[in-house]
Amino acid sequence: MIRLVGGRIIDPASGRDEVADLLIDGGRIVEPESVATETVIDVAGYVVAPGFVDLHCHLREPGFEDAETIATGTRAAAAGGFTTVCAQADTRPSVDTGSDVEALLTQARRDAVVRVLPVGTATKQRDGHELSEMADMAAAGAIAFSDDGRAVRSASLMRHALEYSLLVERPISSHAEDPDLVDGGVMHEGPLATVLGLKGVPREAEEIAVARDLALARLTGGRLHLAHLSTGGAVEQVRRAKASGVRVTAEVAPHNLLLSDAAVAERPYDTNARTDPPLRTKHDAEALLEGLRDGTINCVASDHSPRRWIDKACEFDQALPGISGLETAFGLLMRLVHARALGLAELIAALTCRPAGAWGLPYGSLSPGAAADVVVLDPDQAWVVDPERFLSKGKNSPLGGQTLRGTVLLTIADGNIVYRNGL
Amino acid sequence: MTLEVLSRPGPIPPAAGSILPARRPRRNVLDLDDFSVAEIEAVLDTATAMKDVLRRPIKKVPTLRGKTLVTLFYEASTRTRVGFEVAAKALGADTVSVAAATSSVTKGESLIDTIRTLQALGADFVVMRHHQAGAPYVVAEEVSASVINAGDGWHAHPTQALLDLFTIRERLGRIGGLRVAIVGDILHSRVARSNLWGLTLMGAEVVLCGPPTLLPVASFCEGLPWKVERTYRLDEALDGADVVMLLRMQLERQTGGLFPSLREYVRTYALTEERLARARPGALVMHPGPMNEGVEIDPRVARGAQSVIEAQVTNGVAVRMALLYLLSGLPA
Repeated sequence: MIRLVGGRIIDPASGRDEVADLLIDGGRIVEPESVATETVIDVAGYVVAPGFVDLHCHLREPGFEDAETIATGTRAAAAGGFTTVCAQADTRPSVDTGSDVEALLTQARRDAVVRVLPVGTATKQRDGHELSEMADMAAAGAIAFSDDGRAVRSASLMRHALEYSLLVERPISSHAEDPDLVDGGVMHEGPLATVLGLKGVPREAEEIAVARDLALARLTGGRLHLAHLSTGGAVEQVRRAKASGVRVTAEVAPHNLLLSDAAVAERPYDTNARTDPPLRTKHDAEALLEGLRDGTINCVASDHSPRRWIDKACEFDQALPGISGLETAFGLLMRLVHARALGLAELIAALTCRPAGAWGLPYGSLSPGAAADVVVLDPDQAWVVDPERFLSKGKNSPLGGQTLRGTVLLTIADGNIVYRNGL
Repeated sequence: MTLEVLSRPGPIPPAAGSILPARRPRRNVLDLDDFSVAEIEAVLDTATAMKDVLRRPIKKVPTLRGKTLVTLFYEASTRTRVGFEVAAKALGADTVSVAAATSSVTKGESLIDTIRTLQALGADFVVMRHHQAGAPYVVAEEVSASVINAGDGWHAHPTQALLDLFTIRERLGRIGGLRVAIVGDILHSRVARSNLWGLTLMGAEVVLCGPPTLLPVASFCEGLPWKVERTYRLDEALDGADVVMLLRMQLERQTGGLFPSLREYVRTYALTEERLARARPGALVMHPGPMNEGVEIDPRVARGAQSVIEAQVTNGVAVRMALLYLLSGLPA
């Protein structure tokens, strides 16, 4: 039993925001009346919230264990306040069958400190030719299907993926980018790319792909999830599609909400600011935030993409895209709260009940009986980002040296304390 | 709603001038974006003195004796690499030439490994050409040697721009107030980019001309740090021009779907004697080389009285001598 005493409980799922004790027993949240308490932790002055739910991260295992493992990735998640992470399927081998899902879950039972939910591929080996065995994978525990890292190039196959997914009622998550328009581009296409002599990726690469996928979702009635949106135009399309009844959900990554393409030049050709989709402009970030506020975008997802040092210590064109983002997500997002662009409860909702609701996951709530996934936060404490101290193997962050305000003090996953920082 | 959070303390944003932080005192020459007017003038003045050295019967001074210059080229080059080697030798430095095959990357040797090796071998100057933008910045972070960018992808070719500025000033007596037309594949040209920094800093008026597919998108030009005109029509660009700078047109742009055929390009953009007549009398014709005679430039214009294309090559040696001298930090 763990009793968290005197914290401000913010549980957006129930609308609760009050100072009270929280009691955990046997991996469940229980009514705090019970008296027999083993561990008592004073959290007065801090915020107690449901553990964060991340619909999109890359744990790299199996196949790329030099970049991240389930052990290191889930420890990074715990340090970032995440208690449920959905692992993308772009591993080696990719997650194509029920036994691949089982293997991942077996590995997670052994190594993970937070809950790992596997995402299976939409097409075998993510190569866009044949559908993956969705029913087999769903039975084994896959919660969604995605070729993330790549778009499904064929509109016809994407149509069939959305149709077939109706069999298992799981979403198809789309990396919506037209590969012909990306065509080797490495950053947002705009004045800065022109000056730096780097090939740009126009917004239209995303907007055309989003338009296609929304049309196919309308046609098929399948559940479409749009991963890591980066453009204002995509937000507007999703807004209209939702209004007309298309079954679509969407996520945004913290870096797309808070950084812009200027990050590529802050340190010249900073490969840590290379992401896919690319960091775009303030106008896009404003539109993404507006979309998050009005519910067009369902939630924030980290798109945690750890990379080896050598995959970033190189020419910009050569560098692999991605940001190691689990451990900076909360602090970075708190910039929105400190700037009064988003309420604290709104932010917590975007990290808890909203992602859980988007995919129908039974997490992200502090109601009695709920899984004991809890995070204790200090929204004001400032810290300086030092990627070398990340628990993730991926030290690739463009935020190194920057000050963030907002820390995770304690993370409890399924009733166990998995991260403790000064409490 | 405020998004102040996006702007955090850091270097100046792109629209306000140089986008990349300057290093003082200067150790590297990576682009002209961090040069001041005074610094460019110092290079051009020093180059004038170096040109005198090159006119002597014995074209050699011992200024950089004991220093080693390494040329590290990941891309083919004649003019630039030889220009640097001749410049270094005229100043008494030793030169080593490394022609790094691009395949060494796929073999597993990273750029950083290569450059650390050169550093360990005692290079004082690393002159580097690379097919990817920004590569010299990676190198400059790693080594204490002076790094000179001899061309990186589409990004920059600062010594070419400096020798162009030198040639213009030498022939026309000034740079400020001149109208310079840059014609051709602007989008993929590092020469155009570095010249844009240099020419606009020195007060010239620049007009970019080329097929719409090979110019920066119109809306981006409003966000660029350079004040430039942009036109698809060669006659408009040439109208009143004091300098016409032509760029090499590459066949791979045709296969890449960016223009229909060299034939159509020649008919629309090749600089002929008739078209050159639209420019100011005595306007300079420049080309960074290598030229495709009969494509972007008519052979009669290339060899005509207004062409300074060979002078550009000669001046390149003097300008590179000046840079090496100034970077070595020796007293004047």
